[in-house]
Amino acid sequence: MTSADVVGPDRAPTLEEEQLATGLRGVWDRTKLNVRTGNLGPVPIIVGEILVVAIFGFTATNFFTSTNFVNLITQTAGTCMLAYGVVFVLLLGEIDLSIGYLAGIGALVVAELQLPGSKWQMSGILAMLLAVVVCALIGGVQGSIVAFVGVPSFVVTLAGFLIWQGVILNKLEQRGTIIIQDRWINYTDLYIFSPAAGWVIAAIFTALYPLSVLYRKIVARGTQIAQQSWTMAILKTVGVGIAAFGTVAICNNGKVITTSLGLPLAGVIMVLFFVLLTFLAKWTTFGRHVYAVGGNAEAARRAGISVSRIRVIVFALSGAMAAIGGIIFAAQVNSVALTFPPGNLLLNAIAAAVIGGVSLFGGRGEVRGALLGAILIGTLQNGLNTLSISNGWIYIVTGLVLLGAVTLDTFAVRLQARSGR
Amino acid sequence: MSDTPLLQLQNITKTFGSVQALTEVDFEVRAGEVMALVGDNGAGKTTLVKCVAGTHAADSGRILFEGQEVHIHGPKDAAKLGIEVVYQDLALCDNLDVVQNMYLGREISRAQILSEAPMEQHTAETLKSLAVTTIKSVRQTVATLSGGQRQSVAVARAVMWNSKLVILDEPTAALGVAQTEQVLELVRRLGSQGLGVMLISHNLHDVFETADRITVLRLGRNVGVFERRATTQQAVVEAITAGMPTKVSGIPSTAGAGAGP
Repeated sequence: MTSADVVGPDRAPTLEEEQLATGLRGVWDRTKLNVRTGNLGPVPIIVGEILVVAIFGFTATNFFTSTNFVNLITQTAGTCMLAYGVVFVLLLGEIDLSIGYLAGIGALVVAELQLPGSKWQMSGILAMLLAVVVCALIGGVQGSIVAFVGVPSFVVTLAGFLIWQGVILNKLEQRGTIIIQDRWINYTDLYIFSPAAGWVIAAIFTALYPLSVLYRKIVARGTQIAQQSWTMAILKTVGVGIAAFGTVAICNNGKVITTSLGLPLAGVIMVLFFVLLTFLAKWTTFGRHVYAVGGNAEAARRAGISVSRIRVIVFALSGAMAAIGGIIFAAQVNSVALTFPPGNLLLNAIAAAVIGGVSLFGGRGEVRGALLGAILIGTLQNGLNTLSISNGWIYIVTGLVLLGAVTLDTFAVRLQARSGR
Repeated sequence: MSDTPLLQLQNITKTFGSVQALTEVDFEVRAGEVMALVGDNGAGKTTLVKCVAGTHAADSGRILFEGQEVHIHGPKDAAKLGIEVVYQDLALCDNLDVVQNMYLGREISRAQILSEAPMEQHTAETLKSLAVTTIKSVRQTVATLSGGQRQSVAVARAVMWNSKLVILDEPTAALGVAQTEQVLELVRRLGSQGLGVMLISHNLHDVFETADRITVLRLGRNVGVFERRATTQQAVVEAITAGMPTKVSGIPSTAGAGAGP
């Protein structure tokens, strides 16, 4: 929805940067310097997204429609939730292969608990809360085995992958599909805001960005934490505004037969979690410790950080995010079926984080990477779908984009190393 | 300098199975002095450090800190007393910046939300008080620092927590000439600021550049304590390779005992 850069890399200006002019001239000079030194940030992935949109816009007849844009948001939200969890797991230098089927467990728990005529018959909201708690606990148990027993996370979560797949099979083999009728659950993906509400939300998010810049400037007052110049902040605020209002404008324009569409709640959830988790990663003690453990676990341990505790919490977080993503996917089709999770959910979520620049080796990456990566993968797959291209080609193209993104990132890191950053 | 040594080890013995790593070792560091601990590989230097840091418990013997007998059961106990160890591999996180490393595990926060400004100010002050001027910005990631600068950060981190005794394990082992000089300068400054410094080193040149006194271990025994001004590298080398234990009483004598021809 937006490419809000709430928190950039906490990096001090280099000498060369300190000598740059201020104002628009400075912005231009800084851009040139950043390209030369490989400090590209999220720019390549945004350029990639624009290219992809342009290509499909010209080749597919029903890609560039408002209705499809709303579809794109509702299809991407689930993957994006999982990818947020993946960011934290990857920051530790671990991997979580169980999230695809944990998403399934989350959806299954919700479906069972809300089912009218069953012994539970819970309200949708309570059912969703319980599902998230259950998956967080499962994630926590998996994390505990990693942290306390020392089994590699790859193996623990591979076992989880098989186990939770088995549980879903056992539960659904006889019944096939559980229909979800609770409207609160289905709202998570498909609730559509009225056009007016959409504008208000766009205004709130647009205002949120300069406020976050201001907060950052206040927190960092009197320090050498890298600051955005006011010019850059204003330019970015305008950018965020265009993205937010543009999104709402397009959504409001959509129509299915005679019903008019609007901004879907799924899009708002994506941005809300982005803001929340970015804050968690960058501004809290917990987030700092996650980066420390991922950078050098032994150093973190000697510094008195409980490495095990951090690992358990991160795997629990990953489980919780998987459950939220699973619920959104279930809401999309108003049911949980044997075919859950859809498509290559696990691999798409990991690919989204990696395309977004999160290192597999720990300690490097940001939450925004998951958002941008999920949007790029979602756009690609949606676009190829509207072209009626076979699933085989969709996988091939996604794979090539993943490879291209990581290759580009590798070059960028090498350039940065050479320029001493 | 007060009369009671800052740290005093008496009759420390430590065995690993059948291996006698330390035998009745006496050792002391005074506040404001740099005490070097030298010896060949396997002489027991690291074991002795680990007994002080709380990683190992000595089988027998007493540890006195500021004249009081103490029992150190882990790194946290040591830190509480004011003993900080800078290990050879530094234990810094490359992906974090200088401030973040200095406050690693002890971040200043309000309701879990980090307070960056006081952490940065205090970091800058600490580095300044140690005259570490080569670090351009405290917001550089540690990955961009040179070996000497990293060592400086690690030492500064140890000093920042009101520590009284700083133990440096081979601080110059991986450094070039200029950077070694930087670090040795820093070590001397620690001593002159009234801290006790325990310097473990293989490099006698470094030891003679910085230490006030030198304790030599050989095969797990204390074979001599030398006043740096009153001895020569030759005498110390002889003690390292062929010194005999000279223990007379509880406290090791100073001034070149046991190194005589």
